Amino acid sequence: MARVLLQLAEEPLPAGADGLVSTLTRLCAALVRHLPAAGSGISLMGEGHGSAGVAAAAGPRSRRLEELQFTVGEGPCLDAHAARRPMLEPDLAGAGSDRWPIYGPRAAALGVRAVFAFPLQVGSVRVGVLDIYRQQAGPLSPEALASGYTFAEVALRLLLQEQAGASEGRTPEGLDDALAYRMEVYQAQGMVMVDLGVRPDEALARLRGHAFATGQDITAVAREIVDGSLRLTRDHPPLVPEDPA
Amino acid sequence: MIAIDKLTDVFVAVADTLVADFDIIEFLELVAQKAATISTASAAGIVLADPTRRLQFVAASEQSVRLLEALAVQSEKGPCQDCFHTGEPVVNTDLRDAEAQERWPAFADLAVSMGYESVHALPLRHQGTAIGALTLLSVHAHPLEDAEVRVVQAVADIATIGILQERSIRASGVLTEQLQFALVSRISIEQAKGILSRIHGVSVDDAFTLLRSYARGAGLGLSAVATEIVNQPERHPTLTRPSV
Repeated sequence: MARVLLQLAEEPLPAGADGLVSTLTRLCAALVRHLPAAGSGISLMGEGHGSAGVAAAAGPRSRRLEELQFTVGEGPCLDAHAARRPMLEPDLAGAGSDRWPIYGPRAAALGVRAVFAFPLQVGSVRVGVLDIYRQQAGPLSPEALASGYTFAEVALRLLLQEQAGASEGRTPEGLDDALAYRMEVYQAQGMVMVDLGVRPDEALARLRGHAFATGQDITAVAREIVDGSLRLTRDHPPLVPEDPA
Repeated sequence: MIAIDKLTDVFVAVADTLVADFDIIEFLELVAQKAATISTASAAGIVLADPTRRLQFVAASEQSVRLLEALAVQSEKGPCQDCFHTGEPVVNTDLRDAEAQERWPAFADLAVSMGYESVHALPLRHQGTAIGALTLLSVHAHPLEDAEVRVVQAVADIATIGILQERSIRASGVLTEQLQFALVSRISIEQAKGILSRIHGVSVDDAFTLLRSYARGAGLGLSAVATEIVNQPERHPTLTRPSV
Protein backbone atom coordinates (compact mmCIF):
# COMPACT_ATOMS: atom_id res chain seq x y z
CA MET A 1 0.00 0.00 0.00
CA ALA A 2 2.81 2.40 0.88
CA ARG A 3 4.37 1.78 -2.52
CA VAL A 4 1.16 2.54 -4.38
CA LEU A 5 0.72 5.76 -2.39
CA LEU A 6 4.25 6.74 -3.32
CA GLN A 7 3.58 5.97 -6.97
CA LEU A 8 0.42 8.06 -6.73
CA ALA A 9 2.30 10.96 -5.15
CA GLU A 10 4.89 10.88 -7.92
CA GLU A 11 2.26 11.04 -10.64
CA PRO A 12 2.07 14.60 -12.07
CA LEU A 13 -1.10 16.60 -11.55
CA PRO A 14 -3.29 16.74 -14.64
CA ALA A 15 -3.94 20.27 -15.88
CA GLY A 16 -7.14 21.97 -14.84
CA ALA A 17 -8.42 19.35 -12.43
CA ASP A 18 -8.30 19.02 -8.71
CA GLY A 19 -10.04 17.16 -5.94
CA LEU A 20 -11.06 13.55 -6.01
CA VAL A 21 -11.37 13.18 -9.79
CA SER A 22 -7.83 14.44 -10.19
CA THR A 23 -6.55 12.04 -7.55
CA LEU A 24 -8.36 9.07 -9.08
CA THR A 25 -7.09 10.03 -12.53
CA ARG A 26 -3.55 10.10 -11.17
CA LEU A 27 -4.15 6.74 -9.56
CA CYS A 28 -5.20 5.27 -12.92
CA ALA A 29 -2.16 6.86 -14.58
CA ALA A 30 0.15 5.46 -11.90
CA LEU A 31 -1.39 2.03 -12.42
CA VAL A 32 -0.77 2.18 -16.17
CA ARG A 33 2.81 3.29 -15.54
CA HIS A 34 3.66 0.63 -13.00
CA LEU A 35 1.63 -2.40 -14.08
CA PRO A 36 1.73 -4.21 -17.39
CA ALA A 37 -1.47 -2.45 -18.45
CA ALA A 38 -2.50 -0.36 -21.44
CA GLY A 39 -5.29 1.40 -19.62
CA SER A 40 -7.25 1.71 -16.44
CA GLY A 41 -10.52 3.25 -15.36
CA ILE A 42 -12.64 3.74 -12.27
CA SER A 43 -16.42 3.83 -12.44
CA LEU A 44 -18.73 4.71 -9.59
CA MET A 45 -21.74 2.50 -9.25
CA GLY A 46 -23.80 4.38 -6.68
CA GLU A 47 -25.92 2.25 -4.40
CA GLY A 48 -28.93 4.24 -3.32
CA HIS A 49 -26.94 7.44 -3.36
CA GLY A 50 -24.77 9.14 -5.93
CA SER A 51 -24.93 8.35 -9.58
CA ALA A 52 -23.29 5.70 -11.66
CA GLY A 53 -20.69 6.77 -14.16
CA VAL A 54 -17.07 6.98 -15.15
CA ALA A 55 -15.01 8.77 -12.51
CA ALA A 56 -11.52 8.54 -13.96
CA ALA A 57 -9.54 6.87 -16.71
CA ALA A 58 -6.01 6.72 -18.06
CA GLY A 59 -4.59 5.20 -21.21
CA PRO A 60 -5.82 5.24 -24.80
CA ARG A 61 -9.58 4.66 -25.18
CA SER A 62 -9.98 3.72 -21.51
CA ARG A 63 -12.74 6.23 -20.97
CA ARG A 64 -14.60 4.91 -24.02
CA LEU A 65 -14.18 1.37 -22.68
CA GLU A 66 -15.57 2.39 -19.32
CA GLU A 67 -18.52 4.13 -20.94
CA LEU A 68 -19.11 1.22 -23.29
CA GLN A 69 -20.33 -0.93 -20.39
CA PHE A 70 -22.89 1.64 -19.33
CA THR A 71 -23.97 2.07 -22.95
CA VAL A 72 -24.49 -1.60 -23.74
CA GLY A 73 -25.55 -2.53 -20.21
CA GLU A 74 -23.11 -5.39 -19.73
CA GLY A 75 -19.44 -5.96 -19.08
CA PRO A 76 -16.92 -7.01 -16.44
CA CYS A 77 -17.28 -3.86 -14.40
CA LEU A 78 -21.06 -4.19 -14.08
CA ASP A 79 -20.73 -7.90 -13.30
CA ALA A 80 -17.99 -7.35 -10.74
CA HIS A 81 -20.24 -4.88 -8.98
CA ALA A 82 -23.33 -7.08 -9.13
CA ALA A 83 -21.55 -10.28 -8.09
CA ARG A 84 -19.33 -8.55 -5.50
CA ARG A 85 -16.25 -10.30 -6.78
CA PRO A 86 -13.44 -9.54 -9.20
CA MET A 87 -14.04 -10.42 -12.85
CA LEU A 88 -10.75 -11.50 -14.37
CA GLU A 89 -11.10 -12.11 -18.10
CA PRO A 90 -7.82 -12.93 -19.83
CA ASP A 91 -9.37 -13.57 -23.25
CA LEU A 92 -11.89 -10.94 -24.23
CA ALA A 93 -12.10 -11.99 -27.88
CA GLY A 94 -12.67 -15.65 -26.94
CA ALA A 95 -14.34 -16.70 -23.68
CA GLY A 96 -14.97 -13.05 -22.83
CA SER A 97 -17.16 -12.62 -25.89
CA ASP A 98 -19.25 -15.62 -24.83
CA ARG A 99 -19.56 -14.07 -21.41
CA TRP A 100 -20.46 -10.61 -22.74
CA PRO A 101 -21.66 -11.06 -26.34
CA ILE A 102 -22.32 -7.35 -26.88
CA TYR A 103 -19.51 -5.83 -24.85
CA GLY A 104 -16.79 -8.37 -25.68
CA PRO A 105 -16.47 -7.87 -29.45
CA ARG A 106 -16.83 -4.08 -29.12
CA ALA A 107 -14.11 -3.88 -26.47
CA ALA A 108 -11.90 -6.14 -28.59
CA ALA A 109 -12.49 -3.78 -31.53
CA LEU A 110 -11.12 -0.97 -29.34
CA GLY A 111 -7.90 -2.94 -29.03
CA VAL A 112 -8.42 -4.62 -25.67
CA ARG A 113 -7.68 -8.34 -25.30
CA ALA A 114 -7.92 -8.79 -21.53
CA VAL A 115 -9.79 -6.98 -18.77
CA PHE A 116 -9.58 -7.28 -15.00
CA ALA A 117 -12.30 -5.66 -12.91
CA PHE A 118 -12.01 -5.21 -9.14
CA PRO A 119 -15.06 -4.19 -7.11
CA LEU A 120 -14.40 -1.35 -4.67
CA GLN A 121 -16.19 -2.58 -1.57
CA VAL A 122 -15.96 -3.05 2.16
CA GLY A 123 -18.16 -6.03 2.88
CA SER A 124 -21.65 -4.97 1.87
CA VAL A 125 -20.65 -1.41 1.09
CA ARG A 126 -19.99 -0.96 -2.61
CA VAL A 127 -18.86 2.24 -4.24
CA GLY A 128 -17.48 1.37 -7.66
CA VAL A 129 -15.17 -0.72 -9.77
CA LEU A 130 -11.58 -0.38 -10.95
CA ASP A 131 -10.84 -1.84 -14.40
CA ILE A 132 -7.47 -2.76 -15.84
CA TYR A 133 -7.16 -3.15 -19.61
CA ARG A 134 -4.46 -4.99 -21.51
CA GLN A 135 -3.76 -5.21 -25.23
CA GLN A 136 -2.47 -8.78 -24.95
CA ALA A 137 -4.58 -11.79 -24.01
CA GLY A 138 -3.45 -13.70 -20.95
CA PRO A 139 -3.78 -13.61 -17.18
CA LEU A 140 -2.10 -11.09 -14.91
CA SER A 141 0.96 -12.39 -13.10
CA PRO A 142 0.42 -12.97 -9.37
CA GLU A 143 2.51 -9.85 -8.67
CA ALA A 144 0.47 -7.72 -11.08
CA LEU A 145 -2.74 -9.13 -9.62
CA ALA A 146 -1.63 -8.21 -6.10
CA SER A 147 -0.69 -4.71 -7.33
CA GLY A 148 -4.03 -4.28 -9.08
CA TYR A 149 -5.79 -5.30 -5.90
CA THR A 150 -3.76 -2.78 -3.90
CA PHE A 151 -4.56 -0.01 -6.38
CA ALA A 152 -8.24 -0.92 -5.97
CA GLU A 153 -7.87 -0.70 -2.17
CA VAL A 154 -6.39 2.78 -2.46
CA ALA A 155 -9.20 3.86 -4.82
CA LEU A 156 -11.74 2.48 -2.35
CA ARG A 157 -10.26 4.37 0.57
CA LEU A 158 -10.20 7.61 -1.44
CA LEU A 159 -13.83 7.19 -2.40
CA LEU A 160 -14.99 6.31 1.12
CA GLN A 161 -13.17 9.34 2.43
CA GLU A 162 -14.91 11.50 -0.13
CA GLN A 163 -18.35 10.01 0.50
CA ALA A 164 -18.01 10.60 4.21
CA GLY A 165 -17.34 14.25 3.44
CA ALA A 166 -13.90 13.96 4.92
CA SER A 167 -11.80 14.55 1.85
CA GLU A 168 -11.30 18.28 2.33
CA GLY A 169 -7.77 18.98 3.33
CA ARG A 170 -6.87 15.33 3.67
CA THR A 171 -4.26 13.72 1.54
CA PRO A 172 -3.93 10.17 0.31
CA GLU A 173 -1.09 9.84 2.79
CA GLY A 174 -3.74 10.07 5.50
CA LEU A 175 -5.31 6.80 4.41
CA ASP A 176 -5.20 3.76 6.63
CA ASP A 177 -2.15 1.75 5.97
CA ALA A 178 -3.90 -1.54 6.63
CA LEU A 179 -5.58 -3.32 3.77
CA ALA A 180 -7.47 -5.65 6.04
CA TYR A 181 -9.19 -4.69 9.23
CA ARG A 182 -9.85 -7.03 12.10
CA MET A 183 -13.37 -8.42 12.23
CA GLU A 184 -14.15 -6.24 15.29
CA VAL A 185 -13.92 -3.20 13.03
CA TYR A 186 -16.74 -4.47 10.84
CA GLN A 187 -18.85 -5.41 13.85
CA ALA A 188 -18.28 -1.94 15.30
CA GLN A 189 -19.14 -0.42 11.94
CA GLY A 190 -22.56 -2.10 12.07
CA MET A 191 -23.05 -0.87 15.65
CA VAL A 192 -22.16 2.71 14.77
CA MET A 193 -24.62 2.58 11.86
CA VAL A 194 -27.41 1.86 14.36
CA ASP A 195 -26.15 4.22 17.09
CA LEU A 196 -25.80 7.19 14.79
CA GLY A 197 -28.35 6.25 12.15
CA VAL A 198 -25.79 6.62 9.39
CA ARG A 199 -24.82 4.78 6.23
CA PRO A 200 -22.08 2.14 6.43
CA ASP A 201 -19.48 4.33 4.76
CA GLU A 202 -20.09 7.16 7.19
CA ALA A 203 -19.98 4.74 10.13
CA LEU A 204 -16.53 3.60 9.03
CA ALA A 205 -15.43 7.21 8.62
CA ARG A 206 -16.65 8.00 12.16
CA LEU A 207 -14.67 5.07 13.52
CA ARG A 208 -11.56 6.21 11.74
CA GLY A 209 -12.17 9.79 12.79
CA HIS A 210 -12.46 8.80 16.44
CA ALA A 211 -9.32 6.68 16.19
CA PHE A 212 -7.44 9.56 14.61
CA ALA A 213 -8.71 12.13 17.11
CA THR A 214 -7.81 9.97 20.11
CA GLY A 215 -4.52 8.70 18.73
CA GLN A 216 -5.62 5.06 18.90
CA ASP A 217 -5.67 2.55 16.11
CA ILE A 218 -9.03 1.69 14.64
CA THR A 219 -9.00 -1.88 15.99
CA ALA A 220 -8.66 -0.59 19.57
CA VAL A 221 -11.58 1.80 19.07
CA ALA A 222 -13.65 -0.98 17.51
CA ARG A 223 -12.93 -3.30 20.40
CA GLU A 224 -14.18 -0.71 22.89
CA ILE A 225 -17.35 -0.27 20.89
CA VAL A 226 -17.95 -4.01 20.63
CA ASP A 227 -17.35 -4.64 24.33
CA GLY A 228 -19.66 -1.77 25.22
CA SER A 229 -17.16 0.54 26.92
CA LEU A 230 -17.45 3.16 24.17
CA ARG A 231 -20.47 4.40 22.30
CA LEU A 232 -20.16 7.11 19.69
CA THR A 233 -22.91 9.67 19.91
CA ARG A 234 -24.33 12.14 17.46
CA ASP A 235 -22.71 14.89 19.49
CA HIS A 236 -19.29 13.39 18.99
CA PRO A 237 -17.31 16.04 17.19
CA PRO A 238 -16.56 14.82 13.70
CA LEU A 239 -12.99 15.03 12.53
CA VAL A 240 -13.83 17.67 9.96
CA PRO A 241 -16.85 19.98 9.90
CA GLU A 242 -19.80 18.35 8.19
CA ASP A 243 -21.40 19.84 5.14
CA PRO A 244 -24.20 22.06 6.48
CA ALA A 245 -26.55 20.52 3.90
CA MET B 1 -6.62 -40.41 18.44
CA ILE B 2 -8.90 -38.86 15.88
CA ALA B 3 -12.57 -39.75 15.45
CA ILE B 4 -12.26 -41.47 12.10
CA ASP B 5 -15.78 -42.88 12.41
CA LYS B 6 -17.07 -39.31 12.12
CA LEU B 7 -15.52 -38.93 8.68
CA THR B 8 -18.62 -40.25 6.95
CA ASP B 9 -20.61 -37.45 8.59
CA VAL B 10 -18.35 -34.92 6.95
CA PHE B 11 -18.93 -36.21 3.48
CA VAL B 12 -22.67 -36.45 3.99
CA ALA B 13 -22.86 -32.96 5.45
CA VAL B 14 -20.65 -31.53 2.75
CA ALA B 15 -22.64 -33.20 -0.01
CA ASP B 16 -25.84 -31.74 1.48
CA THR B 17 -24.35 -28.27 1.46
CA LEU B 18 -23.09 -28.48 -2.08
CA VAL B 19 -26.39 -29.17 -3.76
CA ALA B 20 -28.69 -26.22 -3.12
CA ASP B 21 -28.48 -22.64 -1.85
CA PHE B 22 -24.75 -22.84 -1.46
CA ASP B 23 -23.35 -20.21 0.86
CA ILE B 24 -19.59 -20.12 1.02
CA ILE B 25 -19.38 -18.95 4.64
CA GLU B 26 -21.88 -21.50 5.90
CA PHE B 27 -19.99 -24.16 4.02
CA LEU B 28 -16.62 -23.18 5.46
CA GLU B 29 -18.05 -22.99 8.98
CA LEU B 30 -19.41 -26.47 8.55
CA VAL B 31 -16.00 -27.70 7.43
CA ALA B 32 -14.43 -26.01 10.48
CA GLN B 33 -16.92 -27.66 12.82
CA LYS B 34 -16.39 -31.08 11.26
CA ALA B 35 -12.62 -30.64 11.29
CA ALA B 36 -12.78 -29.91 15.02
CA THR B 37 -14.99 -32.96 15.64
CA ILE B 38 -12.86 -35.37 13.65
CA SER B 39 -9.56 -34.20 15.05
CA THR B 40 -11.13 -34.01 18.54
CA ALA B 41 -9.86 -30.45 18.71
CA SER B 42 -11.69 -27.89 20.80
CA ALA B 43 -11.98 -25.26 18.11
CA ALA B 44 -11.14 -24.81 14.45
CA GLY B 45 -10.78 -21.83 12.17
CA ILE B 46 -10.16 -21.17 8.49
CA VAL B 47 -8.23 -18.26 7.02
CA LEU B 48 -7.90 -17.41 3.31
CA ALA B 49 -5.32 -15.35 1.46
CA ASP B 50 -6.22 -12.17 -0.39
CA PRO B 51 -4.37 -11.27 -3.62
CA THR B 52 -1.57 -9.61 -1.64
CA ARG B 53 -1.07 -12.94 0.16
CA ARG B 54 -2.32 -11.56 3.45
CA LEU B 55 -4.36 -14.05 5.47
CA GLN B 56 -7.83 -13.12 6.62
CA PHE B 57 -10.25 -14.89 8.90
CA VAL B 58 -13.20 -16.42 7.06
CA ALA B 59 -14.81 -19.14 9.22
CA ALA B 60 -14.68 -20.75 12.65
CA SER B 61 -16.23 -23.75 14.37
CA GLU B 62 -17.87 -21.47 16.90
CA GLN B 63 -18.73 -17.80 17.10
CA SER B 64 -16.57 -16.36 19.81
CA VAL B 65 -14.97 -12.96 19.90
CA ARG B 66 -11.85 -14.34 21.56
CA LEU B 67 -11.48 -17.18 19.08
CA LEU B 68 -11.73 -14.71 16.22
CA GLU B 69 -9.06 -12.63 17.87
CA ALA B 70 -6.76 -15.63 18.27
CA LEU B 71 -7.24 -16.51 14.60
CA ALA B 72 -6.51 -12.95 13.55
CA VAL B 73 -3.36 -12.78 15.65
CA GLN B 74 -2.04 -16.04 14.30
CA SER B 75 -2.76 -14.93 10.72
CA GLU B 76 -0.06 -12.35 11.27
CA LYS B 77 2.37 -14.46 13.22
CA GLY B 78 1.39 -17.98 14.09
CA PRO B 79 1.24 -21.57 12.97
CA CYS B 80 -1.25 -20.95 10.15
CA GLN B 81 0.99 -18.20 8.79
CA ASP B 82 3.98 -20.59 8.85
CA CYS B 83 1.92 -23.37 7.29
CA PHE B 84 0.64 -21.02 4.59
CA HIS B 85 4.16 -19.92 3.67
CA THR B 86 5.71 -23.37 3.55
CA GLY B 87 2.63 -25.14 2.18
CA GLU B 88 3.28 -27.88 4.74
CA PRO B 89 1.25 -28.85 7.80
CA VAL B 90 2.46 -27.52 11.16
CA VAL B 91 1.28 -30.15 13.62
CA ASN B 92 1.68 -31.25 17.20
CA THR B 93 2.86 -27.92 18.52
CA ASP B 94 2.67 -27.58 22.27
CA LEU B 95 1.76 -23.96 22.93
CA ARG B 96 3.51 -23.95 26.31
CA ASP B 97 6.79 -24.99 24.68
CA ALA B 98 9.62 -22.50 24.69
CA GLU B 99 9.83 -22.87 20.92
CA ALA B 100 6.20 -21.91 20.33
CA GLN B 101 6.53 -19.04 22.81
CA GLU B 102 9.54 -17.78 20.93
CA ARG B 103 8.17 -18.19 17.40
CA TRP B 104 4.70 -16.75 18.01
CA PRO B 105 4.78 -14.95 21.36
CA ALA B 106 1.53 -13.01 20.99
CA PHE B 107 -0.44 -15.95 19.66
CA ALA B 108 0.98 -18.48 22.12
CA ASP B 109 0.22 -16.21 25.09
CA LEU B 110 -3.29 -15.52 23.92
CA ALA B 111 -4.08 -19.16 23.11
CA VAL B 112 -2.69 -20.39 26.44
CA SER B 113 -4.70 -17.72 28.28
CA MET B 114 -7.79 -19.12 26.54
CA GLY B 115 -6.94 -22.59 27.85
CA TYR B 116 -5.53 -24.12 24.68
CA GLU B 117 -2.52 -26.41 24.92
CA SER B 118 -1.84 -27.48 21.38
CA VAL B 119 -2.28 -26.30 17.84
CA HIS B 120 -2.21 -27.80 14.35
CA ALA B 121 -2.31 -25.92 11.06
CA LEU B 122 -3.05 -27.54 7.70
CA PRO B 123 -2.71 -25.79 4.35
CA LEU B 124 -5.66 -25.31 1.99
CA ARG B 125 -3.91 -26.41 -1.18
CA HIS B 126 -4.61 -25.67 -4.80
CA GLN B 127 -2.31 -26.62 -7.66
CA GLY B 128 0.80 -26.68 -5.54
CA THR B 129 0.25 -23.45 -3.63
CA ALA B 130 -1.49 -22.67 -0.38
CA ILE B 131 -4.57 -20.47 -0.61
CA GLY B 132 -5.29 -20.45 3.12
CA ALA B 133 -5.07 -22.64 6.21
CA LEU B 134 -7.13 -24.65 8.64
CA THR B 135 -6.19 -24.24 12.30
CA LEU B 136 -7.11 -26.67 15.07
CA LEU B 137 -6.82 -25.63 18.71
CA SER B 138 -7.05 -28.13 21.55
CA VAL B 139 -7.36 -27.82 25.29
CA HIS B 140 -5.55 -31.16 25.59
CA ALA B 141 -2.34 -31.90 23.80
CA HIS B 142 -2.97 -34.99 21.70
CA PRO B 143 -0.37 -35.64 19.04
CA LEU B 144 -1.56 -36.59 15.56
CA GLU B 145 0.04 -39.60 13.86
CA ASP B 146 1.08 -39.27 10.21
CA ALA B 147 -1.97 -41.19 9.03
CA GLU B 148 -4.18 -38.90 11.10
CA VAL B 149 -2.55 -35.82 9.66
CA ARG B 150 -3.50 -37.11 6.21
CA VAL B 151 -7.14 -37.48 7.25
CA VAL B 152 -7.27 -33.97 8.67
CA GLN B 153 -5.52 -32.70 5.55
CA ALA B 154 -8.28 -34.32 3.49
CA VAL B 155 -10.81 -32.28 5.45
CA ALA B 156 -8.79 -29.14 4.68
CA ASP B 157 -8.84 -30.13 1.01
CA ILE B 158 -12.63 -30.30 1.17
CA ALA B 159 -12.62 -26.61 2.06
CA THR B 160 -10.67 -25.87 -1.12
CA ILE B 161 -13.06 -27.98 -3.18
CA GLY B 162 -15.99 -26.04 -1.74
CA ILE B 163 -14.38 -22.73 -2.62
CA LEU B 164 -13.90 -23.87 -6.20
CA GLN B 165 -17.14 -25.75 -6.71
CA GLU B 166 -19.51 -22.83 -6.95
CA ARG B 167 -18.54 -22.17 -10.51
CA SER B 168 -16.74 -24.23 -13.07
CA ILE B 169 -13.11 -23.49 -13.80
CA ARG B 170 -13.67 -21.02 -16.59
CA ALA B 171 -10.60 -18.86 -16.41
CA SER B 172 -7.36 -18.79 -14.53
CA GLY B 173 -8.70 -16.04 -12.34
CA VAL B 174 -11.58 -18.04 -10.94
CA LEU B 175 -9.82 -18.92 -7.71
CA THR B 176 -8.92 -15.31 -6.99
CA GLU B 177 -12.50 -14.31 -7.70
CA GLN B 178 -13.85 -16.96 -5.35
CA LEU B 179 -11.41 -16.20 -2.55
CA GLN B 180 -12.26 -12.52 -2.69
CA PHE B 181 -15.95 -13.29 -2.67
CA ALA B 182 -15.58 -15.46 0.43
CA LEU B 183 -13.61 -12.77 2.26
CA VAL B 184 -16.12 -10.06 1.37
CA SER B 185 -19.01 -12.29 2.45
CA ARG B 186 -17.38 -12.76 5.83
CA ILE B 187 -17.11 -8.99 6.28
CA SER B 188 -20.78 -8.54 5.37
CA ILE B 189 -21.71 -11.02 8.07
CA GLU B 190 -19.63 -9.19 10.67
CA GLN B 191 -21.25 -5.87 9.72
CA ALA B 192 -24.71 -7.42 10.01
CA LYS B 193 -23.78 -8.94 13.40
CA GLY B 194 -22.87 -5.46 14.65
CA ILE B 195 -26.15 -4.01 13.42
CA LEU B 196 -28.30 -6.77 14.92
CA SER B 197 -26.36 -6.71 18.15
CA ARG B 198 -27.27 -3.04 18.65
CA ILE B 199 -30.87 -3.32 17.47
CA HIS B 200 -31.65 -6.22 19.78
CA GLY B 201 -29.26 -5.38 22.60
CA VAL B 202 -27.48 -8.74 22.43
CA SER B 203 -23.86 -9.87 22.10
CA VAL B 204 -22.35 -10.17 18.62
CA ASP B 205 -22.27 -13.95 19.08
CA ASP B 206 -26.00 -14.01 19.83
CA ALA B 207 -26.56 -11.65 16.93
CA PHE B 208 -24.99 -14.26 14.67
CA THR B 209 -27.36 -16.90 16.00
CA LEU B 210 -30.29 -14.58 15.24
CA LEU B 211 -28.98 -13.98 11.74
CA ARG B 212 -28.44 -17.65 11.03
CA SER B 213 -31.81 -18.82 12.35
CA TYR B 214 -33.55 -16.11 10.37
CA ALA B 215 -31.68 -17.01 7.16
CA ARG B 216 -32.42 -20.70 7.62
CA GLY B 217 -36.07 -20.05 8.46
CA ALA B 218 -36.45 -17.92 5.37
CA GLY B 219 -34.53 -20.38 3.19
CA LEU B 220 -31.99 -17.73 2.29
CA GLY B 221 -28.20 -17.76 2.18
CA LEU B 222 -26.43 -16.32 5.20
CA SER B 223 -24.27 -13.95 3.16
CA ALA B 224 -27.19 -12.75 1.07
CA VAL B 225 -29.25 -11.89 4.14
CA ALA B 226 -26.27 -10.18 5.78
CA THR B 227 -25.73 -8.00 2.71
CA GLU B 228 -29.36 -6.92 2.71
CA ILE B 229 -29.35 -6.19 6.44
CA VAL B 230 -26.57 -3.70 5.79
CA ASN B 231 -27.95 -2.09 2.66
CA GLN B 232 -31.72 -2.59 2.73
CA PRO B 233 -32.74 -3.46 6.29
CA GLU B 234 -36.36 -2.67 5.46
CA ARG B 235 -36.49 -5.86 3.42
CA HIS B 236 -36.22 -7.89 6.61
CA PRO B 237 -38.49 -6.07 9.06
CA THR B 238 -38.92 -8.99 11.45
CA LEU B 239 -35.19 -9.11 11.95
CA THR B 240 -34.33 -5.42 11.88
CA ARG B 241 -37.09 -3.97 14.04
CA PRO B 242 -36.24 -3.72 17.72
CA SER B 243 -37.80 -6.56 19.68
CA VAL B 244 -40.15 -5.50 22.44
